[in-house]
Amino acid sequence: MHFTLHAMGDSAIKVDFDGEVSPELNRDIQFFCSKLGCAAIPDIVEWVPAFDSVTIYYRPHRLSYTEVCDKIYQINRMNIDRVERKSRLISIPVVYGGKYGPDLGRVAESNKLSEDEVIQIHSEQEYLVFMLGFLPGFPYLGGLNKQIATPRLDEPRAKTVAGSVGIAHEQTGIYPIDSPGGWNIIGKTALTLFDREKEDAFLFRAGDRVTFYEISESEFEKQAWSGELVVEEVDDGKAD
Amino acid sequence: MQSEKIFHVIKPGVLTTFQDLGRTGYQKFGVPVSGAMDTFALQIANILVGNQRSAACLEVTLVGPHLEMTAPNPITVALTGAGLEPKLNDNPIKMWKTFTMEKGDRLSFGKHQSGVRAYIAVAGGFDAPVFFGSQSTDVKSGFGRSLDKDDSIYGYPAKAICGIGFTNPPTYQKSVEVAVIEGPHTDFFTKQGRDNFFNNPHTVNANSNRMGYRLKSEPVTHEENMEIWSDAVPFGGIQIPSNGSPIILMADRQTTGGYPRIGTVISSDLPKIAQLVPQGEIRFTPITIEEAQRRAIQMEKFLFKLETFKLN
Repeated sequence: MHFTLHAMGDSAIKVDFDGEVSPELNRDIQFFCSKLGCAAIPDIVEWVPAFDSVTIYYRPHRLSYTEVCDKIYQINRMNIDRVERKSRLISIPVVYGGKYGPDLGRVAESNKLSEDEVIQIHSEQEYLVFMLGFLPGFPYLGGLNKQIATPRLDEPRAKTVAGSVGIAHEQTGIYPIDSPGGWNIIGKTALTLFDREKEDAFLFRAGDRVTFYEISESEFEKQAWSGELVVEEVDDGKAD
Repeated sequence: MQSEKIFHVIKPGVLTTFQDLGRTGYQKFGVPVSGAMDTFALQIANILVGNQRSAACLEVTLVGPHLEMTAPNPITVALTGAGLEPKLNDNPIKMWKTFTMEKGDRLSFGKHQSGVRAYIAVAGGFDAPVFFGSQSTDVKSGFGRSLDKDDSIYGYPAKAICGIGFTNPPTYQKSVEVAVIEGPHTDFFTKQGRDNFFNNPHTVNANSNRMGYRLKSEPVTHEENMEIWSDAVPFGGIQIPSNGSPIILMADRQTTGGYPRIGTVISSDLPKIAQLVPQGEIRFTPITIEEAQRRAIQMEKFLFKLETFKLN
């Protein structure tokens, strides 16, 4: 795997991977993270995998930048067996547009489509959870059709409510909790994505597959109470 | 060990929260780090009362709380950070120095003098809820909330040596210079944008908070239509939205972000920003990673010595 290293302040380093963002690159990144886990290097505090990078936080008074760079090259050369994986397919009910999706019009307009076309394009794709980030349990979903890719809002909103389904650039995601945010909000789901009272606090894991299906406002109101969820296991065989 | 009620909250202050050194280890699940904004002042407060450096303190913001001590046995307390005219039973009390509180004693704060955030450490530590390994309040993630009137605060009252002081506390300026390591999105910025960033002063907007400091600046321009893939964002990361106004990401920042970042404030300079008042002024200077790490080591050694030998 080829990458470049960037200092990100004095306590973090960004491993920037070459190549296009893709499910294959994501698998390589997960693999790199497993190696980081196996290496168990003291004074590496934690790491955060992203679309085309992994950021490693470390203790600068114990491990210098040059030392951490050397460790990363060593880790990259390590060989461990890739593990067998199963991924899950999670179907997310969404009410699109209106008060639930205030930016659906903006997404349609900037792509010269009707709102219905945006909904259709958004809900016919299958997505991959590339990473969690930004908020507890927030899935960054790859696989958005470029026809509905839309730049972030120029000025982030003060509040985007939990369950909001958004688009930013070629990414789509769902807000697990209320938060300020710069994504274009096109709809809302009634599912709970983050529950700190549960042992398994997060609905999504990196590597999950996700689809969206449209529901009506009344179905949404009903689901806000019952919160039904469809999770299907898919056997991917050997990851490599 | 059973905790006991140590304070009754008479007035909560504007934003008083429990903070330690943060919720590390869960960023890969999107859980923010949070923790003290000024980790230097927090650690000194803990060292003074004989706690672990990483213990939780109450972080007080601009307007302090009014607390009544309720435990039967005396407790050793230390205050560090912003100058907010602290008083014990209406008599001015020295900061950066331990003192004893007995049952019925009242700790209060007066006018704002300097800085933004003060820390209250109690010997033995606070008993506050732990989420994902940390007592830090993170309101937006649902981990605790800021103090309310009539809250009860619990702890493990202990007496440490009284009258121990920190003789060389920082002074908090309204205009600061901080060092920045450039990157990771250096290539995205125009020469003009970079020049505007490093050659002009920036003013802190009033809508700055524990999540980020919004700055008013000569626009820091980047190349048009250069969207980036979201990546992890560190404490002190300086992101530039398309309007060209920098935001310094602080303790309650998100784990990842999607705006290009021109650089990261070095860790040893973050306390200066944490204590910078609204309308305060910041100048950024570029620095090498080697020099930044030299300063980080220096700060760590200083705290380690202070903790080990109680000398400064």
